[in-house]
Amino acid sequence: MNKRVANAREAIAGIQSGMTLMLGGFGLCGIPEKCILALADTDITDLTCISNNAGVDDFGLGLLLHSRQIRKMIASYVGENAEFERQMLSGDLEVDLIPQGSLAERCRAGGAGIPAFFTPAGYGTEVGEGKEVREFNGKPHILETALTADFAIVKAWKGDTDGNLIYKGTARNFNPVMAMAGRITIAEVEELVEPGELDPNQIHTPGVFVQRIFQGDNYEKRIEKRTTR
Amino acid sequence: MLDKTGIAKRISRELQDGWYVNLGIGIPTLVANFVPEGIDVTFQSENGILGMGPFPTEAEVDADLINAGKQTITALPGAAIFDSATSFAMIRGQHIQLTVLGAMEVSDTGDIANWKIPGKLVKGMGGAMDLVASAENIIVAMMHTNRAGESKLLSECSLPLTGVRCVKKIVTNLAVLEVTPDRGFRLLERAPGVSVEQIKEATAGRLVVEGDIPEMDLS
Repeated sequence: MNKRVANAREAIAGIQSGMTLMLGGFGLCGIPEKCILALADTDITDLTCISNNAGVDDFGLGLLLHSRQIRKMIASYVGENAEFERQMLSGDLEVDLIPQGSLAERCRAGGAGIPAFFTPAGYGTEVGEGKEVREFNGKPHILETALTADFAIVKAWKGDTDGNLIYKGTARNFNPVMAMAGRITIAEVEELVEPGELDPNQIHTPGVFVQRIFQGDNYEKRIEKRTTR
Repeated sequence: MLDKTGIAKRISRELQDGWYVNLGIGIPTLVANFVPEGIDVTFQSENGILGMGPFPTEAEVDADLINAGKQTITALPGAAIFDSATSFAMIRGQHIQLTVLGAMEVSDTGDIANWKIPGKLVKGMGGAMDLVASAENIIVAMMHTNRAGESKLLSECSLPLTGVRCVKKIVTNLAVLEVTPDRGFRLLERAPGVSVEQIKEATAGRLVVEGDIPEMDLS
């Protein structure tokens, strides 16, 4: 089943204002940088973006914040971004902060057909306010619901035209769970090959979760905190 | 009195052979530099790696290999990489034996606040709420007082909580304390050159001092 599209612009066709997107990545590591650039080039607005972080001022999701295309951000950590701070404090940007493990599990659950689950994370804090509490094994847990998205956009290292994906290093992070939770999942890869060229034993995301795939050129892969010894 | 490195060094004495350990950002990260001889521990970073090694040389820098603080890292032989849901399954499922993290405030019943100051910029909790809710063993690494000189060891946290009744041990620049939820902070050790009186003065929550309090052994 050939899922190849020509480029990022073709891959994001159908994304409309007001939709909910999931975007993989942790910091700037493993973000779908080509699709973000393509979205910044459109007049799509009022997006709800689910992503662990919100990029930096001039890269990643920071680009869509700068162009005011995001209405609501669902994330676990949003430091390192001055534009984000301005829009949040002025009330232009709605923000929902979620514990990182709950965010990952809510995406996984969304893709796995699990509507909700109980977790101890956030019990007794403002994250737990208004949520159902139940005790298991003597410990209180809160009910968290699954997350899905109109489009999930992920970045992988290698992929084939059937949509099978292999990630590299810690650029994997949220990408596999978000790939499962998109009604339409777009994968951008550094190297796109024909079916049969990837070892089936090494596939991280089976192609069933991916609807569109393309190869991006010249990945910038910006490093947020280059630290050496 | 200890500096940040001293706090990290003291915490490193808590490591046990065979443990999987998650280190938070800041002082906790430094603990990796002082793993005692003969102790084999594996460091987990919640963005998805077990077997995190030292920072890379300039030539080894790889944009696809970072820690949860977004710093470039290396992977040791035997390392494993996984997605975020698997990473927090390890944490929630109590497969990680020790979590070390920083705090703005800790209460004498073991509550911790470290993610939000109302009215100031909210950066988010990241993985801290999942870590403190599930870890069997949580050590807080922090200065005993804040920049204004006020105690960070309180009877009740004033800032929004990260987790309730979860902190087991605290290592500060002044002392090592154990949290006994029904009695308060039990003083275990003094930092070099620090008196029990100084610790009492710097601790706002209930402090239990029993018998002679030894000085930390950092040799």
